[in-house]
Amino acid sequence: MAKHKIVAYRRENGRVGVRNHVVILPVDDISNAACEAVASNIKGALALPHAYGRLQFGEDLDLFFRTMIGTGANPNVAAAVVIGIEPGWTQRIVDGIAKTGKPVSGFSIEGKGDIRTIAEASYRAKEYVQWASELQRSECDLSELYISVKCGESDTTTGLASCPTVGNVIDKHCETGGVASFGETSELTGAEHIVAGKAATDAVRKEFLAAFEDYTDLVFRQKKDDLSESQPTKGNIAGGLTTIEEKALGNVEKLGKRTKFVGCLKPAAAPGGPGLWFMDTSSAAAEAVTLWAASGAVLHLFPTGQGNVIGNPIEPVVKLSGNPKTVATMKEHIDLDVSKILQGEMTLDQAGDALIDMVVRTANGRLTAAEALGHREFVLTKLYRSA
Amino acid sequence: MIHFLVHDEADTVGVAVTDLEAGSDCAGLNLTTNQTLRAKATENIPLGHKLALKDFAVGDTVTKYGCAIGRVVQPIQRGQLVHVHNLKTQRWA
Repeated sequence: MAKHKIVAYRRENGRVGVRNHVVILPVDDISNAACEAVASNIKGALALPHAYGRLQFGEDLDLFFRTMIGTGANPNVAAAVVIGIEPGWTQRIVDGIAKTGKPVSGFSIEGKGDIRTIAEASYRAKEYVQWASELQRSECDLSELYISVKCGESDTTTGLASCPTVGNVIDKHCETGGVASFGETSELTGAEHIVAGKAATDAVRKEFLAAFEDYTDLVFRQKKDDLSESQPTKGNIAGGLTTIEEKALGNVEKLGKRTKFVGCLKPAAAPGGPGLWFMDTSSAAAEAVTLWAASGAVLHLFPTGQGNVIGNPIEPVVKLSGNPKTVATMKEHIDLDVSKILQGEMTLDQAGDALIDMVVRTANGRLTAAEALGHREFVLTKLYRSA
Repeated sequence: MIHFLVHDEADTVGVAVTDLEAGSDCAGLNLTTNQTLRAKATENIPLGHKLALKDFAVGDTVTKYGCAIGRVVQPIQRGQLVHVHNLKTQRWA
């Protein structure tokens, strides 16, 4: 993959992005209205409304700030306007994003009201959008991209075709010095021994197993049954998956055949270097992709069997499917059809190369199916109730 | 035409890669050994669903990808559909 070149945006801190968004980021739920008003005033500005940001504390608050700062800092974002109800947490997010060197400004509503805040923030957003519109893409190596991977609405074809296709790309990407991340902690249940066997060192293996056991404890603390009403999902079951073990064994095909993972990340934490990283995430698609985008991932590979339609506002989500029924009935959602694998008419290596080609085209600016359809699911992970 | 695929040599189920009709003779392929297989579907098995490659008694373990994927809760005969009605997780029970 080293020889693959892309044209992308090299940001002030040297990181490479594939989109050029100006985001209007609410600090809290009650600032969503102002952010959406600014994005309505200024064409090309993107509001990222969400449900939280008030009275969070402890580890949950740390995750909140990591997610908000990381979202603004993502290389797919050219500039950010931050709006919060009060100036303290607003400035904390502004300062975090500013470390990347990109333009960022904060506005707070108390003492001023929505209308004046919207006016001031709109003037700034207009400056940013016009500035960003003149930024040029330049030639970069594909191996400079940080890629995240997660499947959804899986069925048995994901384990046969679309997940091993992603695994083939992970092997090729990581061998050329690329950065990648996988997660879905609960959906490794039944295949955790395989993941543990892919840890680069004993310390990494222990850290992974500790995160896995912690998530297992959460399931046992909160569960009322064997989770068969939610995990596997009704869609998974309709597609032929029967148990979490079977689902997990297909899921881990995404990790590749040769790649070892080099470290473990807290949710939304940035990888510390090249290679494949485990991130402790929920298995719900929108929550997990939001965490990866906040960790700096610029392109997501999403195998689906039954047809999950997820997108993300700042990280393009490339969907592939090996289910011939899904690629026919939900073709507007699928970027790459790998169903020929099921009949032996396409090898995994050929499918991997076809996916790399789609990654290059997406990095160069091709809109994904999810982008064209307006899927912008931005969903914060909440660890527990607010104070 | 391939009707079902098997991931691993040790597997006791195959995955239908096309809709299988009850009574049909099916051609399979083991992806690890590249060995061709034959089986008869005794029930309708939709694309993506699992075909029993042997008889199972209650309490048996079903193997796919060379690993355990659950515990049998209703007797299953070779050629029948293996799914939530006769197989349960062993992990969160």
